[in-house]
Amino acid sequence: MMILKILFRNAFHNKLRSGLTILGIAVAILAFGLLRTVISSWYAGVEAASTSRLVTRNAISIIFTLPLSYNEKIRQIEGVKTVSYGNWFGGVYIDEKNFFPNFCVEPKTYLEIYPEFVLSPAEKKAFLADRKGFVAGRKLAAKYGWKIGDGVTLKGTIYPGNWDFVLRGIYKGRDDTTDETQFYFHWDYLNETIKKASPQRADQVGFYMIAVTRPDLSADVALAVDKTFNNSLAETLTETEKAFNQGFIAMSGAIVTAIQMVSFVVIIIIMAVVANTMAMTTRERIGDYAIMKTMGFDGRDITVLIFGESLVISLTGCLTGMLLTFPAAAAFGHALETFFPIFIVSTETLYLDVLAAILIGCLAAIIPTRQAIRIGIADGLRRIG
Amino acid sequence: MAVPLSYSLRNLWQRRLTTILTVSGMALVVFVFAAILMMAEGLQKTLVETGSYDNVVVFRKGSTSEVMSSIERKQASIVEMLPQVAIDQNGRRLLSKEVVVLISLQKKGDEKASAHSNVVVRGVEENSIPLRPQVKLVSGRLFRMGSSEIIVGNSIAKGFKGVGLQGALNWGMRSWTVVGIFDAGNTGFSSEIWGDVDQVMQAFRRPVYSSVIFKLQNPAEFPAAKGAIEADPRLTLEAKRETRYYLDQSEMMAKFLRILGLSLTIIFSIGAIIGAMITMYSAVANRIGEIGTMRALGFRRRNIMLAFLAESLLLGFIGGVMGLFFASFMQFITVSTVNFQTFSELAFKFTLTGPIVLQAMSFSLIMGLIGGLLPAFRASRMNIVEALRAA
Repeated sequence: MMILKILFRNAFHNKLRSGLTILGIAVAILAFGLLRTVISSWYAGVEAASTSRLVTRNAISIIFTLPLSYNEKIRQIEGVKTVSYGNWFGGVYIDEKNFFPNFCVEPKTYLEIYPEFVLSPAEKKAFLADRKGFVAGRKLAAKYGWKIGDGVTLKGTIYPGNWDFVLRGIYKGRDDTTDETQFYFHWDYLNETIKKASPQRADQVGFYMIAVTRPDLSADVALAVDKTFNNSLAETLTETEKAFNQGFIAMSGAIVTAIQMVSFVVIIIIMAVVANTMAMTTRERIGDYAIMKTMGFDGRDITVLIFGESLVISLTGCLTGMLLTFPAAAAFGHALETFFPIFIVSTETLYLDVLAAILIGCLAAIIPTRQAIRIGIADGLRRIG
Repeated sequence: MAVPLSYSLRNLWQRRLTTILTVSGMALVVFVFAAILMMAEGLQKTLVETGSYDNVVVFRKGSTSEVMSSIERKQASIVEMLPQVAIDQNGRRLLSKEVVVLISLQKKGDEKASAHSNVVVRGVEENSIPLRPQVKLVSGRLFRMGSSEIIVGNSIAKGFKGVGLQGALNWGMRSWTVVGIFDAGNTGFSSEIWGDVDQVMQAFRRPVYSSVIFKLQNPAEFPAAKGAIEADPRLTLEAKRETRYYLDQSEMMAKFLRILGLSLTIIFSIGAIIGAMITMYSAVANRIGEIGTMRALGFRRRNIMLAFLAESLLLGFIGGVMGLFFASFMQFITVSTVNFQTFSELAFKFTLTGPIVLQAMSFSLIMGLIGGLLPAFRASRMNIVEALRAA
């Protein structure tokens, strides 16, 4: 108990300096926490994806479509429970800046495959009955102030023209990790319109979503699907939804790596600052240590004192930073909702915060401790004054 | 009389450990700041250099990239007849009707199945080569028209599996042989695969072109050509100068990088400023006696303040130089990532420019200035008698 009291007294001996150092650590931990959260929200799509859902797309690349006739063939494959399909629509709402994912899907089966999109029975019925209807996530509807029955127009980038929709339902996420910023409408609406304008593009599907009867069958089903369409004009590539989403992230891998590296740089920066503080503190207190040595305390006691003081400072800063992370993440997540629909500070991040703080505290104390231990008693006493 | 600069310099030298720690903190902040700006600059430079000022890209109205666009053969022929299209010495029109698709290829090095990325395949005509003077063949030969032969850009040949010389790729139920590798310098073409447009269209069952590119007879005639294309009721097309077209494609990504860089460095700089502040406060506290002596010798408050400010500005200066020194090595690194806007792979280099150097240096000096301001103020406010007594 005594030692703890000394450590705290020592740490706050120079209030201005300790205060500044703690503030610095708090800012660094805050930045570290936010960056980690940015990375984990980058992966949010992978985390939320299920391994019992499969995605089938054209093997050449995602921009090529598959014929609608594959639907029946996939349904006949053993282990397949439900098949749904859809296209990435890529529509723009008023301006390109207002980005949100928008898809057209076969609504009935799609909602069956995605039980995490929760719609009230009345809304679901209204959506299924109206071919021009669409459903939007809770966050998306809130952002643009859409209410049930409102008309919304998207400008097509892949499918030219202005497309009118009516909001028929607002879905809520079953879990925290469900993306509530998406926009879904009827595939039939797209197909019927395309048929009139450019018939050769009709009856084409961007992706098939497959729900399997048992999760352990996914690998077999994926193989069976791809085998069915082998050597055809539109060969398929089937993978679990998780692997599919992972593939998207792998493409922007360079940026994720950059952010990851930067999140460690901030720790190094603050390490330099704390090491500096500790170096100055020990330099000022060399006389004290010399006196302690005269009284019979050995190098180990002094090590404990310096390390302890350094840890008190870094952990206090860490705690402050962690407390600040939550409101900051809420504000940050709100501002960047378009990029990161899910922005939640994970427990893992908090553990990493503490780990980083301990690392900072220990590493910063090494050089000053060595100096304090090495100095001879006579030299140390001479420095007083 | 001013306190000599050597006084500040020697003080920094006297407390080496502290100086090194403070400076390295600042240097890291400057490094991150410069590196992210260099990345955004490199991306933009690559895409801007891809375009030529006197080339025009024609694509379908409303589409944001060539991949989304479609132009029917009939419409392409109408564009071909525009009087503004340049004609070469053989009397041929310098115009190329192209098709652009994405294929997914596996990256080198990573064994994981998910390490795929989207690569642009551009079906081109004979005229495409004179339209893009940046493209130079470095090994092998050009593909023959009418055959399943392709040439690949050097960034793709380096970064992806199975696309070296004589490699074979499979799509559209045919095998395509790589017969040449081309270098297009720091441009987006280095991240593309080229083949005969008619063969590519046939293989992908795409009966329409993606874009039409032509050279203007006279660069000043762009408004006339644009007007003619966009006013023609038979065409639902849009025309942009090639430079503008590629600049637009880099906008979102460059903006993302700049915002990311700016917010990161602002947070980081708080840490570095605090570091400088701690150092300077302790520099003042350790030298109370000296300050008193200097005041007694006749140095004014202003001079003392300037001396300490100079010391902290020196910290900032050294930090800035160190940070930029390390950042300049980043120029040797090439990054390859997917451009969100076109959804295709693009390789680019970190690029250091004069404005970035200036920005980074002023950023570093400002950090030093803010960090030193309060301590220097405290030093200058000291009472002579009390300061001398403390010594």
